[in-house]
Amino acid sequence: MKEFALLFRFPNGDPGNIPPEEFKTIAKKWQDWAGGIAAQGRMSNGGLRLDMSGKVLKPGGVVTDGPFVEIREVLGSFIVVKAENLDDATTLAHGCPVLVQNGSVEIRPLFSH
Amino acid sequence: MVAVISNLFGLQHMGTAEDIVSETFLTAAEEWEAKGIPPNPTAWLYTVAKRKTIHLFRRREIFERKVLPAIRAAAGREDDPEWIDIDFSPEHIRDSQLQMLFAVCTPAIVSEAQIGLALRILCGFGIDEIAEAFLTGKETINKRLFRAKEKLREADIRLELPSASEIPARLDNVLHIIYLLFSEGYYSQTRNRVLQKELCWEAIRLGVLLTQYELTNRPKTNALLALMCFHASRFDARQPGEAEVILYDQQDEHLWDADLIRRGMQYLALSATGEQLSSYHLEARIASWHCIKEDTPGKWEEILQLYNQLLMVNYSPGVALNRTFALYKANGLEQALIELEKLNLEGNYFYNVLRDYLRRLPLH
Repeated sequence: MKEFALLFRFPNGDPGNIPPEEFKTIAKKWQDWAGGIAAQGRMSNGGLRLDMSGKVLKPGGVVTDGPFVEIREVLGSFIVVKAENLDDATTLAHGCPVLVQNGSVEIRPLFSH
Repeated sequence: MVAVISNLFGLQHMGTAEDIVSETFLTAAEEWEAKGIPPNPTAWLYTVAKRKTIHLFRRREIFERKVLPAIRAAAGREDDPEWIDIDFSPEHIRDSQLQMLFAVCTPAIVSEAQIGLALRILCGFGIDEIAEAFLTGKETINKRLFRAKEKLREADIRLELPSASEIPARLDNVLHIIYLLFSEGYYSQTRNRVLQKELCWEAIRLGVLLTQYELTNRPKTNALLALMCFHASRFDARQPGEAEVILYDQQDEHLWDADLIRRGMQYLALSATGEQLSSYHLEARIASWHCIKEDTPGKWEEILQLYNQLLMVNYSPGVALNRTFALYKANGLEQALIELEKLNLEGNYFYNVLRDYLRRLPLH
């Protein structure tokens, strides 16, 4: 099986306003969804979560602060999964809670070492 | 005893050390039958073992010329040709066992052989018992142990604790072998319940041994101990007679060992430090929930999340199936059935058992 990165992009906005109860529900959805992939033995790397703040460096030494106003969606986190091919990896991405949050999943093959 | 004697003479003489110990017990059997059990049987055994060791090695010229001067030099007693001492103090026994545990649990030999050697050398099990625990013949075990000892010699494994910087990496393997030793006892196919229990107790004893030394008394060591205590607490409820194993739902929780559960909770508390969340931590917390018989949605939600995390750290088909059962309890049958189909475990016996069980339940 090959490895694919699933990149989760979230709608631009301040996630700090989510009430704790709702946050708990969202967190559970994510854990159950990722657990489902891991239960198939197809989780290669649980990935990392990115904070929504940050900076962007551009040519000429121009630094801008996040959130990243130019793009509609912000990269929030990623995982690495095992799949036969791109279609198979895309099937795994179905049911991802980011879709309910109006975000998207980008599926990208990884180069093997 | 074998560990202490090997500690003095080196791993090359491990076979000799085993012989001395067997002979000591033989002498004990003969003498005690004739004269009765001495007031302090343990001290008696150690004295006799010490005497036998000295006698045996005195007969060997090479030992006199080479090994003995080295031992005397190490003890700072070069000038005393009569001096030889074997230290059977509790501290030295503990240190020797710890060193032997690290020597035996080396990736240089296959894990079955590591378990076998640990049972033989550190736990004093007979070849018959080891063969029964592994459900194989004595021949196989003898060969396996012989090869393992050869390997230890070839690889020049020393009887000493790894350096402080090496211990974290080596400790993982030692913990894994203790975990396998425990599982071997807990899930063993043998119907010999006394033997099964002894395997589990020995695994716990070796775990406790590791907690007595600062560098090996890590959070995951305590997590593993907690896990073993929780499982062991259900030993009598699980198999009250010679009959089949009694499943969790039908167990009489009054047969659960409250003392072991309490000890498990103590180890679990001690494990909750540091940064690393090992699979032992997660398994111990799952096992701690199973020590509460009441079925509440909160309980299964916690168990489900722990299984989700455990699968991220350590996938196995068994864990995937347990997670699916927790999913049914926490999120409902419909979702569990959908996820079950995705597991790709057709042909796995426990998969079929779980599928048949879930399919027989009413959907709403």
